[in-house]
Amino acid sequence: MKILGKSTVSAIAMVMTLTVGVGVADAKDKVKVAFIGPMTGGVSAVGVGGRNSAELAVQLRNADPEAKYEYELVSMDSECKPNVGVQVATKIAADSKIIGLVGHYCSAVAMGAVDIYHRFNLPMSVWGAVLPDVTYANDYKEIHRVNGTMINQNEVAAKFMTEQGYKTWVVIHDTTDYGKGHDKYFTEYLTQNGGEILADFGVSSDQQDFTAELTKAKQLNPDVIYFGGLTPLGVRIRAQMEKLGITSQFQGVSGIKSDSFIEGVGPELSEGVVSFLEGAPVDKLPGGQYFTEKYQAAGFAESEEAYGPFAFAAMTLILDGIEEVGPNRKKLTEYLGNIQGYDSIVGEVSFDDHGQNTVAAITKYVIQDGKWVVWEDSEYVDGTRKLAGK
Amino acid sequence: MDVGLLGQFVVNGMMLGMMYALVAVGFTLFFGVLDVIKFSHGDVLMVGTFAGFTTYIGMTAIGIDNALLQLVGVLVISIGSMAVMGAIIARYLVLPLKSAPPLNTLLVTLMLGTVLREAIRLFYPDGSNPKHFPALLPTDSWAVGSFTLRADSAILLLAGLLVIIGVNVLINRTRLGLAIRAVAQDEETAKCMGINFKMIVLLTFALGSGVAAFAGVMNGLYYNEINFGMGLLLGVIGFSAAIVGGLGNIYGAILGGFLFAGLQTLGAVALPFSSAYKDVFAFAVVIAIIAWRPTGLIAEKTSERV
Repeated sequence: MKILGKSTVSAIAMVMTLTVGVGVADAKDKVKVAFIGPMTGGVSAVGVGGRNSAELAVQLRNADPEAKYEYELVSMDSECKPNVGVQVATKIAADSKIIGLVGHYCSAVAMGAVDIYHRFNLPMSVWGAVLPDVTYANDYKEIHRVNGTMINQNEVAAKFMTEQGYKTWVVIHDTTDYGKGHDKYFTEYLTQNGGEILADFGVSSDQQDFTAELTKAKQLNPDVIYFGGLTPLGVRIRAQMEKLGITSQFQGVSGIKSDSFIEGVGPELSEGVVSFLEGAPVDKLPGGQYFTEKYQAAGFAESEEAYGPFAFAAMTLILDGIEEVGPNRKKLTEYLGNIQGYDSIVGEVSFDDHGQNTVAAITKYVIQDGKWVVWEDSEYVDGTRKLAGK
Repeated sequence: MDVGLLGQFVVNGMMLGMMYALVAVGFTLFFGVLDVIKFSHGDVLMVGTFAGFTTYIGMTAIGIDNALLQLVGVLVISIGSMAVMGAIIARYLVLPLKSAPPLNTLLVTLMLGTVLREAIRLFYPDGSNPKHFPALLPTDSWAVGSFTLRADSAILLLAGLLVIIGVNVLINRTRLGLAIRAVAQDEETAKCMGINFKMIVLLTFALGSGVAAFAGVMNGLYYNEINFGMGLLLGVIGFSAAIVGGLGNIYGAILGGFLFAGLQTLGAVALPFSSAYKDVFAFAVVIAIIAWRPTGLIAEKTSERV
């Protein structure tokens, strides 16, 4: 016991010396912030892009001589699986040194994790998940979201597609909260706009073969095939449509708006696919140029993907909060609750009672020559090129 | 439902069944000679597909853009490299554990599968994203009413059938097949008869893995999309197909593969509720069949294995 006591004491002494030594060189206190996203699995590209962007926000703040604290980013992988996500959420929430969190691209994971953040009073902002229930199904004041939701997205999508003259749809969606949410809101808004849904297929999120569903869809001969889900399934469905000779227009959701979709489907088949995304493309964002420059200068190996700027904006917001009210979870929650007209790189952020950013723009995209192009900038808008069936 | 549509469902189901059967044949071969379950089989298939995909990229890079040459290259490299890999797995992971409980082999290969899968995801350039597998076969299509048959699907079906027949002939009509069957029946006696046991095991694993690689390339050519997780479900389904058909029996594996595909298609077409439950339906029926015939539909003659 005695020996143990001695060594413990000397260890503490050493740590103290070290801390003092560091303290002399740099007087800033260390504050931890966290990031959660899917960094392995099918949607890992988006997760890694988000992690890099959050990392960039922390790096820039640490490089700022006026910052009051030195920040350390703890990033964890949710694998886009609710069970794993809940574990890492608990791990982060239980670490009292972590003051704020930027978390969740996958809605199903976010849904499981928000209760934990509430229980541990951990203020957080979602950076990518678009299921409305993440903010609207609870009254937790810790939960915020900088990006828009699938409600706004599908409202715009349904209106836009009916304006193009399409009348009938077949809906395929994955059976996660994300896919089901898209199905629900799209159906709701499409019916309001006078469109008709001929059939609605729920599919599991790791399905490889869609020929049975698509053969049924082919028989119904819809104007549009709507897919509510993420890139891997979107790629398979688009490729298999071709195999069965289905010529309907393919309409996706924010979940397929990634470069991986085009890479997976190939440039010819992806031509003319439309998708909708909260926010605006990086170069159209108010702070887009600044973000792109900094991101490139930081030399990350992976691209920021669609939601990187949101992760950056959310992390910057949390860091601003900590600078203002100090490293205290409750005070930071209070600070975030009062955010109105906050200026971020993704535009103005104003949280409503549920912590949802109410100023969320939606951008329409179409794939042209193997690239996602904003609809208004594309050759489709003036009729040079035409969507399928037009 | 009109005839064209029915035909379309049948072709879809046959295509799936062909792939499942090719995977199931591997499981059944391995179980036959060594009484082991090799759970990395699906991931070997995936690695084989990526090997083929890499060959395609390589051939394009050095300027070979004849689709036929590319196809031959892809098949040779993919099947060849997986055959070697299968033999290596047998030599260094499965054979050393021969006298250990079969559970150990199962675990080791299960873990190897995860290693292969994660290795592709992490070390293959941009490996976590789905890749576009090129269409190397002619894409002409014939449409009769609501039935569309593409030339590439027809060629793939035919090729799959030829491979299955080929494996069958190899097992039942050649000296190598005779040796494999001898080892499967009784290892000790086979050794006494002068059969090189180790060599036969390695060759069987090479054969099974080569067939899996072929199924993988077929999968890539059919769906034009490959990803690091494609082997996982194929492995599970191939395994179930082999079990339900009768593990250790090659006809059983083929029957099981087509049965499973048929159930999945039926589940998606005929179930009144969401087609998300088609896998649930197919697996539930498989459970019922296994409960009804524990040794599989076509049981092995020596039932002591089960």
